[in-house]
Amino acid sequence: MLRPFARSLRVAGFFLGVAFFVILAAFPFYWMVITAFKQNSDLYKVTNIPFWFNEPPTLEHVKYLFEETLFARWLLNSLVIGVCVTAITLITAIPAGYSLARMTSRKGEALGIMIFLTYLVPPTLLFLPLSRIIAELGLQNSMWSLVLVYPTFTIPFCSWLLMGFFKALPVEIEEAAIVDGCSLFGAFIKMAIPLSVPAILTVMIFTFTLTLQEFVYALTFISSSDQKPITLGVSTDLIRGDVFFWGEIMAGALIAAIPVAIAYNLFLDRFIAGITGGAVK
Amino acid sequence: MAAVLTRDIVKRFGEINAVNGISLRVPDGEFMVLLGPSGCGKTTFLRIICGLEQQTSGDLLIGGNVVNDIPPRARGVAMMFQSYGLYPHYTVRNNIAFPLHTQRVPREEIQKKVEWASQLLGIGHLLDRRPRQLSGGERQRVALARALVREPTALLLDEPLSNLDAKLRSSARQEIKNFQQRVRLTTIYVTHDQVEAMGMGDRIAVIDHGRIRQVGTPTEIYEDPADLFVATFVGAPPMNIVTNGGGYLGFRPENFLPRDMIAEDAATEFSFRVDRSEYLGSERIVYGVMDGFDSKQPITAKLPPAHVAEGSIRPGEWHPFAVKNSALRHYDTNGNRSSHH
Amino acid sequence: MAVIAEPVVKPVPRFRFILDRREVLETILVAPAILYVLLLVGLPLLLAVYYSLSAYTIYNPTWKFVGLANFEQILQNPTFLDTLRNTFIFTFGSQLLGLVLGKFGAFLLLQPFPGRKIVRALIILPFAVPVALATIAWQWMFDSLYSVINWTMIAAGILTRDEAPNWLGNPYLAMLCIVIINAWRFFPFAIVIFLAGITAVPQDVIDAATVDGAGFWRRNYQIILPMILPIVAIGLIFGIVFTFTDLSIVFLLTMGGPGGATSVLGFAGFQTGIVSGDVAHGAAISLFMLPVLLVVVIFMLRFIRRREI
Repeated sequence: MLRPFARSLRVAGFFLGVAFFVILAAFPFYWMVITAFKQNSDLYKVTNIPFWFNEPPTLEHVKYLFEETLFARWLLNSLVIGVCVTAITLITAIPAGYSLARMTSRKGEALGIMIFLTYLVPPTLLFLPLSRIIAELGLQNSMWSLVLVYPTFTIPFCSWLLMGFFKALPVEIEEAAIVDGCSLFGAFIKMAIPLSVPAILTVMIFTFTLTLQEFVYALTFISSSDQKPITLGVSTDLIRGDVFFWGEIMAGALIAAIPVAIAYNLFLDRFIAGITGGAVK
Repeated sequence: MAAVLTRDIVKRFGEINAVNGISLRVPDGEFMVLLGPSGCGKTTFLRIICGLEQQTSGDLLIGGNVVNDIPPRARGVAMMFQSYGLYPHYTVRNNIAFPLHTQRVPREEIQKKVEWASQLLGIGHLLDRRPRQLSGGERQRVALARALVREPTALLLDEPLSNLDAKLRSSARQEIKNFQQRVRLTTIYVTHDQVEAMGMGDRIAVIDHGRIRQVGTPTEIYEDPADLFVATFVGAPPMNIVTNGGGYLGFRPENFLPRDMIAEDAATEFSFRVDRSEYLGSERIVYGVMDGFDSKQPITAKLPPAHVAEGSIRPGEWHPFAVKNSALRHYDTNGNRSSHH
Repeated sequence: MAVIAEPVVKPVPRFRFILDRREVLETILVAPAILYVLLLVGLPLLLAVYYSLSAYTIYNPTWKFVGLANFEQILQNPTFLDTLRNTFIFTFGSQLLGLVLGKFGAFLLLQPFPGRKIVRALIILPFAVPVALATIAWQWMFDSLYSVINWTMIAAGILTRDEAPNWLGNPYLAMLCIVIINAWRFFPFAIVIFLAGITAVPQDVIDAATVDGAGFWRRNYQIILPMILPIVAIGLIFGIVFTFTDLSIVFLLTMGGPGGATSVLGFAGFQTGIVSGDVAHGAAISLFMLPVLLVVVIFMLRFIRRREI
């Protein structure tokens, strides 16, 4: 008699647990959406129930963002930075990953681990000397400083990811090409690269999201509003003195966060496989 | 002129000599099989010939030219890999054309040669497919066409049949052999399978521990092994080896028969105690020991099955067996063939 | 019958074959990445060490060597010791909370149920979104006046409006806030790590344990947990490194306040080295991260080596 009751209790508990996690994870985003489209009079009235629209939703904040702030400029900056960093990363990390994967002896593995470990060197340890180096190069307060610095973490990570991928590629195909008249370099260009297009795409999107997520270097190197990338602009530039423009801030955060969140979600499994390096085999 | 000639090739990996001084001459048009157990250095030797590995010392001549320092692409040899090494992102047509593209052959000529090679191998209807859409046999034919199209000085094959199941293997073997006989392409074929080696090779080079133990026709290798390694590696079950005074005596199981089955007078008699026998349909394998001779392995005799069915060979009993003298092989203490026989 | 053509070996100048040498090509291919990393990670790291031993400020860029003087001064500063303590509380508090949440979350997500994919995507959001933007959202939720958390508690009758806490204004609550945000940010990562580990445990091992009479808890803690420990360790290392050296949450949420209660190493290094321009002391503060990082690196290397055997 007790059995079905205990079972439905367990099912209820299970879904309660799932609901707890979903609310914990997603509520801040729900909150962003609500805030971004609420009228100010609705937003700043303590007696209103804050969880939904008490007055009709509005696009006022989004409009303000694009018309009265540098938001569009920040978007463009982030795009330029992302594209340039991705290009630099691909040009260096694809050959490096390939070379590390095909190196005979232990040398390749040791070198690969060393490169990967540099990914763990944090920006907060490097920003002081790097800010001096960037000042020496005359890049202070320019978004090009970020184009220069971001590859320091994207190259190690992407070389490591690509190394894993190239290792899984059968050597036989390249060797066949070499015997059939390619140089070693030709086999890399004509065989290894076309065959790893999916991995290269992953790395591209990955690099792009990493540049969008970065905050510390941007904060350290850039103070002019018109040079800021979007994350920095939204989180520091929409606050005038003590006044927070919550509607605009949340709208900006939402627009910047959505593409990153989607991209990340799609490639998370590869990311995890990359950092655990097949710790469980 | 020899298509491929090597002089004292040595390849060292760290402390280990994978290839330990191989000198081999493969004349034009010959089907040469390199036979040996896995890890004997035969694949490394093949990779040295095509240039995927660089020898530590020794000379390599292809088509009469020294190619020691020439990269693979300029050596003019073709190679077929264990799983064929077809280019998955190219169509069959482009797979076959690839070696010509890399040599900057004019477009019309490429077209003509691809036609010719695909006709020859009967894969004309597959030209626009991709490798993953092909069956195993079709893949092999594409690989052969790709190897043929550039008219190489030599074709190298690295255990091409080892990924196939037993049934497909015999037809694939047939096809490679037919192909080779038709175009008379100098071929060097690496395998650890003695059936492939015996069935396909014009000559066989038996390799062990990075050295050639014997080069010869299949008959020579089988009938007259140069040393104990060859004697016991080739043949199933292998040659019986017994200690005999200061050396060894060897004889094939099929030559070890009950005395009354041997017509010749020039035969040596042995007393043989049967321990166990296996009926295999076309033959019966009998295991046992020989009176007065030591052997590491049980002595085997391969008999026509009818003979045993009569009940003349019973386990646990001693029987008079004999080997005709012309089938006896003598080896010295080092395991090498003795001159007197 | 085909006629075998003349040997195609043509004499080619030797220098054309330089790219056919494996070692040469491998070196050339890997060189740009190595150079980039050496110049913009290795060199700055050395520079940071040197700054910490000098009297360098942006107003007086001198290379004068002062030995360990900067470190002595920092260690005598009680505020710095608080910063160090805060960093450890922040790191280990949030990692512990994140791991616990991650373990339970993974346990739930392991069961199949309708809509699991969507739930997984939603749960991963905190890790996917740029941390700066997420922090801003939390700041709005912790707002002194319009906090949705306070509103809910008041509406539920737990508190009155006068008792409503000023989350970011109270030293203890502010610390709690940054711990919560960081744990919130990392728990999806922990879930995914746990899931990756558990799904990699061969089913036959679990079946064997079940047949041998191991119950649910024994299976979990004596079979599965030890087997997924390596992968969890790697995940934890990442969490520790990125939390221990973090700056963005504190910078955006509390500015180290109130009264230095949430100041952490990364933030203190930024304030001293960049905002105040005292590069030497800032570098010295940042370098206190190095021992922790070294321990982590050594652990990683040992781990990788053990795996190879």
